[in-house]
Amino acid sequence: MSEEMYEDDEYDGIVKKFMYVNRKAPYGTIYALESLEVVLIGAAFDQDISLAFMDDGVYQLKKDQDTKATEIKNFSPTYRALEMYDVEKLYVSKDSMDERGLTEDDLIVPVELVSAEKMSDILEEQDVIFSF
Amino acid sequence: MILHTVNKSPFEKNTLISCLKHCKPGSSVLLIEDGIFAALENLSDWTEEIAAEIAQTEEIKMSENHWEVVTFLRDYYDEFQIAPAVRVLTKAIGKKFGKEKGNSKYLYELFPYGPAKQACKIAGLPKPTGCI
Repeated sequence: MSEEMYEDDEYDGIVKKFMYVNRKAPYGTIYALESLEVVLIGAAFDQDISLAFMDDGVYQLKKDQDTKATEIKNFSPTYRALEMYDVEKLYVSKDSMDERGLTEDDLIVPVELVSAEKMSDILEEQDVIFSF
Repeated sequence: MILHTVNKSPFEKNTLISCLKHCKPGSSVLLIEDGIFAALENLSDWTEEIAAEIAQTEEIKMSENHWEVVTFLRDYYDEFQIAPAVRVLTKAIGKKFGKEKGNSKYLYELFPYGPAKQACKIAGLPKPTGCI
């Protein structure tokens, strides 16, 4: 099925709250890239999308990634395109950031830093949770 | 001995790379349909000439408006490492080149088989993520 069929907001299907939980480092496994691709597919179908980043998953949003030596594509610029897909709810675990000595200034996109308690509230609200 | 056939453009899919990975010394590869683009010199260097060539097989006569979209797509890919979904492209084109161009009617008139499929192909880019 082509995404082109549903352009210009002609598609009035069911909208669910989709949450993508990202817990792994960007490289070394395919999880981070796969998650990002599924996010874009969800966005193409106009779903209500949120992303959560915790544990080593926070490294996915790290600025200045350089993958040249590994000959793997640096896909981190794609996170900056999410806004254009109306994906604007990016929640990042404050604990995971603190444990790794990272601050919001180290990240490639604006996010909301949340406590573990807030994160579980957000997870509770979702219809569907994809764990990567 | 196996005869391998490739019928997809190397700009569009990884069919060629996958095929070459499975070739043994002495194997034959038959390039057919869009697979013939694999025979271009300097595969990695997209040029306007190649674009014009691809456009011709798509039966599109490249006008200034066509080039505007194709160039935009390449710049977008450079910046975000993905080709935009049609909805995102439409919005972005309207923002950059004026409202009268920011609609799917305009883009489909330029690329009758879909801006995702045809314009990305001419731009030497993979299909947009989420375009199945």
